[in-house]
Amino acid sequence: MTVSSSHKAKGGDDLPLAISLSGVSKTFGAVRANDDISLTVQSGCIHGIVGENGAGKSTLVSILYGFYQADQGEIAVDGKPVHIRSTYDAIAVGIGMVHQHFMLVPPFSVLENIILGHEIKAGARNLKEAKAQARDELIALSETYGLTVDLDARVEDLSVGLQQRVEILKALYRGARILILDEPTGVLTPQETVQLIEVLKSHRDQGVTVLLITHKLREIMAITDHVSVMRGGKMVDHLATATTSPEELAQLMVGRKVLVNANYHDATPAGVQMQVSDLTLTGASGMPLLRGISFDLKAGEILGVAGVSGNGQSELLEVLSGITAPTQGQVTIGSTVISPEAGLSPRDIKALGVAHVPEDRHAMGMVLPFTAAESAALGYEDQPALGTSMWFRPAAIEDHCASLMRDYDIRPGNPKLKSNLFSGGNQQKLVLAREMSAAPRILLVGQPTRGVDIGAIEFIHQQLIDMRDQGCAILLISVELDEILSLSDRVMVMNAGQSMGIVNKADANAQSIGLMMAGVQ
Amino acid sequence: MADLWLQFILTIDATFRVATPLILCAMAGIFSERSGIIDISLEGKMLMAAFTAATIAALTSSPLLALGAAVLVSVVFSLIHGFACITHKGNQVVSGLAINILASGLTVTLGIAIFSQGGQTPYLSGDQRFSSFDLPFAEAARSVPILGTIYAELISGHNILVWVALVSVALTGVVVMRTRFGLRLRAVGEKPEAVDTAGISVTILRYQAVVIAGVLCGIAGAYLSIAHGAGFVREMTAGKGYIALAAMIFGNWRPLQALYACLMFGFLDALAARLQGVDLPYLGQISTDLILALPYVLTVVFLAGFIGKATPPAAIGTPYVKER
Repeated sequence: MTVSSSHKAKGGDDLPLAISLSGVSKTFGAVRANDDISLTVQSGCIHGIVGENGAGKSTLVSILYGFYQADQGEIAVDGKPVHIRSTYDAIAVGIGMVHQHFMLVPPFSVLENIILGHEIKAGARNLKEAKAQARDELIALSETYGLTVDLDARVEDLSVGLQQRVEILKALYRGARILILDEPTGVLTPQETVQLIEVLKSHRDQGVTVLLITHKLREIMAITDHVSVMRGGKMVDHLATATTSPEELAQLMVGRKVLVNANYHDATPAGVQMQVSDLTLTGASGMPLLRGISFDLKAGEILGVAGVSGNGQSELLEVLSGITAPTQGQVTIGSTVISPEAGLSPRDIKALGVAHVPEDRHAMGMVLPFTAAESAALGYEDQPALGTSMWFRPAAIEDHCASLMRDYDIRPGNPKLKSNLFSGGNQQKLVLAREMSAAPRILLVGQPTRGVDIGAIEFIHQQLIDMRDQGCAILLISVELDEILSLSDRVMVMNAGQSMGIVNKADANAQSIGLMMAGVQ
Repeated sequence: MADLWLQFILTIDATFRVATPLILCAMAGIFSERSGIIDISLEGKMLMAAFTAATIAALTSSPLLALGAAVLVSVVFSLIHGFACITHKGNQVVSGLAINILASGLTVTLGIAIFSQGGQTPYLSGDQRFSSFDLPFAEAARSVPILGTIYAELISGHNILVWVALVSVALTGVVVMRTRFGLRLRAVGEKPEAVDTAGISVTILRYQAVVIAGVLCGIAGAYLSIAHGAGFVREMTAGKGYIALAAMIFGNWRPLQALYACLMFGFLDALAARLQGVDLPYLGQISTDLILALPYVLTVVFLAGFIGKATPPAAIGTPYVKER
């Protein structure tokens, strides 16, 4: 298998287009996910596709990878028309894909994961021989592309960055000459992202065509040769990266002018609202999840918590909101002390003026089959305005929701609509509205803009800054480093359940925070 | 002393006889569940197979034909389970329960309709059944102490299907752990998306798994009615499918460990039968019900995490739906 043979062999300047789509449409029920999409991707280039959530990027690449079939339209790969009816067909024409959520079998070894589906190539008589053969081939392949990874390690023991490397290697092993990456940097540290960018550039130099799907404009600017913008299921523009700017791309994505960075201004913090000292949490298996976390949270400031997903941020949020009791250490809110001996329930903590916007709005923030009005009352259904200890008042709950929908621009503005019929951004706004409208003294926010489109992100960021200016103490946990850097007055960085230190706004930048996220003090 | 030794050997011998349907069903369960399909319908499939085998044996007097028919019927029920769970993405436990209830009623109804013996099938004579066979020199070896009795009583004189069950364990081990099909089978039970994106059909793989489970349950059912027993009696599986499921869990979805668990459960069963009404020194008569309850108690204790840890395939019980 020679990875770059086909277009190298043809040579010359007029290489056939790696991918060419024309008139591709796909409808799901009443939703036109892809509407008459045309796209050309040149061989040996890095081509970006940007767009908001729900713009149809994922549907488009799923069609390319054979997950879905287009209702209409033509696809040509390397200049030849193809019919991609299944993933198998896509692999056969040389398309490989690295999915946003990895398609790896956690208890399997790296080798087993890579050969799965293409176990036995010519010459091997059984699985054992095939593995030995694959091993030689993979060692050569990983040297060519600078993708070193231990072939015998279990995938579940690898870091996310290495797992991604396995995914890329898997695609190459299957003979991919066109590599599609769907939101590849969402789970990486800034340093891992830099490495990935280097790897992708080296792929391009080897003649591999890369199609990069992302909503991070900075990466588009840093790495791509061409960029296509999607909005509302349509392709709105194709640009050469060198001739565009993040502002222009953002405007094309949203269809209007947006602020790429939040409207930040300096804070005027006041007294300490929450004091956390030596907070420790040990998991059921004896694994330390939080190790001696200490910080003060002041009124009128946003304390950002940065870190790669899974380094204790979720646990910190759970302990502070009362979902989990700490193993050691204490949290002081006003005159109330929460410790392993004196634990408080989430309801008790809420009564102290703490509001919590959970990280996962689907799992903890709302009940999807409930109406928006019911979801907007969750946790506050015993407030006198909404009901008594026994009865709730449907009319009052709907009025309450309708007023939240007006104030926070939640669309469609219908309290009787089921929660799962709202877009991610509007669901998130509903949860935020519910918690912010309780006028808390302390607001704990987890991943406020995960899966939310740019327009809503801008709005949510503005709301957080307004809350801060009104004197609310805000703890902001996010895996989006840009979000942390643009909103926080101080940044705490977490790694492996520990605080790597707290940095002031002036000293916080992607480089320094990135090193701390990776565990370098 | 020699008598006690013989008693012990005979109990172990009975253990294998009792454990045979458990072993076959546990292997069936491993195939199905490793692919991600919960199979509580082992019980129902085995019952249908037992009934079919006895019926065909009574009608045709051919045990081989009876075995073939039992396997066929069991596979048909597997396909029903697959159709509900794989094609239509239904709840696997509900589908399994439905099959068990269906089998329980259908065997009796058909039994009465065909034979008018209150749901039983006629008594099967020796040549209508799979008989036990003695290995060479078994009689001669009987007089040799220890090794001789082990050979004559324990190793020789088993039904051919007992050997089939033991071979099925080795085969399951090799297929699941060492072959390409096994790699894909394990992958589809852990992470079906990975299999799908590798260009392999999740649906076909899972159907293959439940069909293999059907074949094994079919042999188990035939063993009950035309090898171990001499005809079908209503509800003759008596929860063995569930015990096999427990043994499979106890064995952590691994063939060899599941075999040990089946033998342990079989031993407890054989022991309970042997201790029935026997006065033990110091203990007196012990309740055999307690011994029979042990497999269930042990399984609950195991699942609660007191002995080791059960780690089921990650994707078990969840139908594979491509995300939209």
